[in-house]
Amino acid sequence: MYKIIDKKRLNSQITFIRLEAPHVAANVQAGQFIVLKINEKGERIPLTIVERDIKEGTISLIFQEVGRTTMELATMGPGESIMDIIGPLGKPTHIEKIGKIICVGGGVGTAEIYPVAKAYKEAGNEIISIIGARSKELLLFTDEMKALSSEIYLTTDDGSAGRKGLVTDVLKELLNKEKYDLVYAVGPIMMMRAVADTTRSHGLYTVVSLNANMVDATGMCGTCRVKVGDKTKFACVDGPEFDAHKIDFVEFINRDRRFKDKEKESLKFYEEAECKCKS
Amino acid sequence: MRKQSASVRVKNFSEVAQGFTEKEAIAEAKRCIQCKVPQCVDGCPVNIDIPKFIGFIKDKEYDKAIKNIKEKNSLPAVCGRVCPQEDQCEIKCILGKKGKPINIGALERFAADWELQNSSKSTVNRKPLTVNRKKKKVAIIGSGPGGLTCAAELAKMDYDVTVFESLHKFGGVLVYGIPEFRLPKRIVEIEADYIKSLGVDFKSDYVIGKTRTIQQLKDEGFKAFYIGTGAGLPYFMEMEGENLNGVYSANEFLTRVNLMKAYLFPEYDTPVTIGKRVGVIGGGNVAFDSVRCAKRLGAEEVFIIYRRSRQEMPARQEEIENAEEEGVRFHLLTNPVKLRGDDKGWLKEVELIKNELGEPDASGRRRPVPIKDSNYRMPIDTIVVAIGQGPNPLLLDTMPDLKLNRKGYIEADPEGRTSIPDIFAGGDIVTGAATVIQAMGAGKIAARSIDGFLG
Repeated sequence: MYKIIDKKRLNSQITFIRLEAPHVAANVQAGQFIVLKINEKGERIPLTIVERDIKEGTISLIFQEVGRTTMELATMGPGESIMDIIGPLGKPTHIEKIGKIICVGGGVGTAEIYPVAKAYKEAGNEIISIIGARSKELLLFTDEMKALSSEIYLTTDDGSAGRKGLVTDVLKELLNKEKYDLVYAVGPIMMMRAVADTTRSHGLYTVVSLNANMVDATGMCGTCRVKVGDKTKFACVDGPEFDAHKIDFVEFINRDRRFKDKEKESLKFYEEAECKCKS
Repeated sequence: MRKQSASVRVKNFSEVAQGFTEKEAIAEAKRCIQCKVPQCVDGCPVNIDIPKFIGFIKDKEYDKAIKNIKEKNSLPAVCGRVCPQEDQCEIKCILGKKGKPINIGALERFAADWELQNSSKSTVNRKPLTVNRKKKKVAIIGSGPGGLTCAAELAKMDYDVTVFESLHKFGGVLVYGIPEFRLPKRIVEIEADYIKSLGVDFKSDYVIGKTRTIQQLKDEGFKAFYIGTGAGLPYFMEMEGENLNGVYSANEFLTRVNLMKAYLFPEYDTPVTIGKRVGVIGGGNVAFDSVRCAKRLGAEEVFIIYRRSRQEMPARQEEIENAEEEGVRFHLLTNPVKLRGDDKGWLKEVELIKNELGEPDASGRRRPVPIKDSNYRMPIDTIVVAIGQGPNPLLLDTMPDLKLNRKGYIEADPEGRTSIPDIFAGGDIVTGAATVIQAMGAGKIAARSIDGFLG
């Protein structure tokens, strides 16, 4: 059992938790994730590790409430425990001095680019950040990213903060003005695809971290398969990061939808059970 | 042996085979002629003293029977259910020459189940054998049948043993692969508990190679390692359309259903999608486990698609018959060549080609040869690919000095020794996909080698 030490609601949809998981904390590198399972009947879901503290033996996670597991997790608080945490998993980000790096974060994805941006910065790179969300309230980690970045741009769909529009609007302008060495993007699939489409014509190497459905997350089941170039890769062990220009996004988007109906059914079951508990 | 009737069992996940009653067990035990030089023992990869335990059953001394089995086999309730006895001990039984061999598997299961139901009467040792531990630490990587056996043997020799498991439950393929209706998970849990009771420490959620490397475990004081990680890398057909929605590897399909209990969805939160028509590619036990799960999950029509003929199927005869009784249909001498989907990426159709059998290949089985222009199409909603597995590289990639063979499996001698003196290995990660009992045999031999190395 892994105890929750801290919990903060960051906004109406996104929650931060810090957990005791010393076996995971020891080996974490930027870009890696864990799989967690809340209780006996829970699903195994992957979440990116945002921070770790070796001395305390803790890891921090940030998640958006999108399904039954994340909703249930958001109701838990300090002192309560999660049954299983497995990790760190996935290949760490390849960190080296490259030059000027644009980090693009969309929604909860910003929490995932933060540890990577930090590692790139520590390796001597210059970081330019573009952070987007639907509205001001949903923007995340702006202070943390600001501290790392030489330039930072905020965008919101409704214009309630920063510039009204999409992260790719800013990205296009930057690419037309200057030369960059790498784009690192995490966010909704549609955003990552748009980023890939934007940088492709510039021949600018672009890495995205895919949040695929997973079960064991050790390369055993293959549910997270994704076509990269002409090869099928497993996001859990070959990724989660891939060359964005080589990903077959059409297939990935289709695969991402394959359990949507089941997820709705499960959520309904959970909400009805919750109602009965409360009444 | 009594079985749930086919029409009932296709609607549940409860155990199909019900086991011997006491009366049946005694009657079967009495048939054993107690050979002076028993051949059956030679056929058993862990050399259980078969005539002896059968003799105890005949005399109603069930406690002695199970104690005798457990001297050689730490997982008797598992082996009594899933071992291919017909190819091992029973095939050697002298009674089989003229009539029916002794049903050794059912008798083993009877003794093991007797203990599970009468634990208060059992005198099988449940505590660490001595308090005076040798203290040398041994790490077992993977809690499948081989790892559990190796752990039990080493604990009996007083080593300080820790089993590291990457999943959240212990048992490896026994919990994620073999379905509840062939091997109830409660049985695996009880057998793992028995090994815990020998003083073995169990750590779940531990991915060696990621959570800790072998080197880190060495730094923590482990002096020898047994790698029993199995063959956990699913093979696909490498055909067009394999990433369509509705196409599963058998590993994924079975893990969702068995380990994650998708058959109890939505109470259990892990889903599996199942269409009306389900095809399973392959002819081994994994294929049959998958197709029978699909039937129980409500598929209307379920097919086995196998490239050779029925005779060459590697699955247990008993399971092939069970599947047939349950309404599984066979497309034999048939291979899929292409999968087609709709515009949303969902599988709709499989294109198949007919084969004929040619000359025998390296396995001695006749090689399937496609018949030109024999292609045909069939509507299908779900495909499960059960054509075998390879070595999972997750751990091996972190051990560049460990010698692997051409196919990527660990090179180990018959004693379980690898190219690195303190690393031992056995089971599917050495041999490629094999059986539960073969892995157990390898775990047992490796335990002796580890004792020799540390002793």
